[in-house]
Amino acid sequence: MLAPILEVSNIKKTFGQTEVLKDISFTMDRGKTLSIIGSSGSGKTTLLRCLNFLETPDSGIIKVKNEVLFDGSVAQSRNPEVIRRKRLHFGLVFQNFNLFPQYTARENVMLAEELLAKEGSGYKDKKKEIHERIQNHAENLLEQMGLKDRMNNYPHQLSGGQQQRVAIARALAMAPDILCFDEPTSALDPELTGEVLKVIRELAEKNTTMIIVTHEMAFARDVADHVIFMDDGNICEQGTPDAVFNHPRQERTIQFLSRFSNN
Amino acid sequence: METFLEQLPIVVNALNVGFLQTLKLFFITLLGAIPLGLVISFGSMSSIWPIQKLVRLVVWVVRGTPLMIQLLILFYFPGLVFGNNIWGTGEAGRFSAAAIAFIINYACYFSEIYRGGIQGVPGGQEEAGLVLGMTKRQIFFKITLLQMIKRIVPPMSNEIITLVKDTSLARIIALQEVIWAGQAFLKGSQGISGAIWPLFFTALYYLIFNGILTVLLGRLEKKLEFFR
Repeated sequence: MLAPILEVSNIKKTFGQTEVLKDISFTMDRGKTLSIIGSSGSGKTTLLRCLNFLETPDSGIIKVKNEVLFDGSVAQSRNPEVIRRKRLHFGLVFQNFNLFPQYTARENVMLAEELLAKEGSGYKDKKKEIHERIQNHAENLLEQMGLKDRMNNYPHQLSGGQQQRVAIARALAMAPDILCFDEPTSALDPELTGEVLKVIRELAEKNTTMIIVTHEMAFARDVADHVIFMDDGNICEQGTPDAVFNHPRQERTIQFLSRFSNN
Repeated sequence: METFLEQLPIVVNALNVGFLQTLKLFFITLLGAIPLGLVISFGSMSSIWPIQKLVRLVVWVVRGTPLMIQLLILFYFPGLVFGNNIWGTGEAGRFSAAAIAFIINYACYFSEIYRGGIQGVPGGQEEAGLVLGMTKRQIFFKITLLQMIKRIVPPMSNEIITLVKDTSLARIIALQEVIWAGQAFLKGSQGISGAIWPLFFTALYYLIFNGILTVLLGRLEKKLEFFR
């Protein structure tokens, strides 16, 4: 049996007096989709931000492919330059897209990869080939997202759904081991959520390893292999979508899900 | 007394010389205040508490007092207190004093505009760069900077146009700028005396120069309209 792609052990995070993550541990396997659900303030987003090192956990261990990326007991783990290299194991798609407004869709997807290539040795000799390779890569990704005819548009010329799809392509360009989504459709008009959910579904079918924080319960049930329900900084319940949605055992889970079953 | 048409070339020649000094003060102020303002704005956003408080105190004093008084203090204070006029008696010394006062004054105004521009770029931009593995430096130069420039161009244009007119305040320490040159014909100069129209005529210089600046700055603003 393969080792899990991600192992999170005993992650804790406190903001001032508030314990946002109390003691989070879970694992996930390669090629699977994990959905994290729970009410606002339950710690879902903070957990995702910890995995992407936008927040530094107070303690705990994060391992990807058996490599320790973060260990709260090792000071070196908090060094910004060390963190910078390790965070590329994860990609993050934000609720508000956060596209760079001064770049076209294609340039948004290319920017980080090009900056990284410039740091590599021998960049100067193969500048042209590298640029071409990165450009092809970006164009392929945008095509996959159904944005072939939008590559030269600036973000403000795109709809919310299109912007979010560019953001997904941008995250995929860095070839992360695990792609994270932080409520990817919460900032969208209801009629635009479908197109974003569709591309995430397609990624799941291609066995992309993904963690999705979402309020779209039907989508979480459909697309996920595993569901975690968070409450008050703890993992309250987890299991297959069928187990969590159809046979919840915890009182809090039943209470939370009952609010969605009405509509 | 010559006729207006005979006076005109004499006056225009004198005003041109004066306006050259005005332009010199204008450009040197911009050259000094644009970078100094950035340093001051970083100081006013510093996480080191004493630096932040001190810088904000200086900005408050400079923005809260008239530039004319600052010019007078900077020019006369060393001589009065230390008995030593560090600026000398010539035009070069007056110009140095004026330039330093203008640079400090305008840097303080610019710093507040920069601060607004930097703080106005959404934090999500930096986070997006970070999760893509960019360094803070790459994020500043490739992502934040242009968005900040776009935000500050309209308020900076305003300040720059005000600066053109404010250079006339240097007259208070007898810098021989265009107003001084115009006023000379009131007292008598080059055979013309008691003429007030040259003083009025200086307004045209400011107006035309500001017209040119307005067009150029408008173009810059337009250039940055390709994104939102």
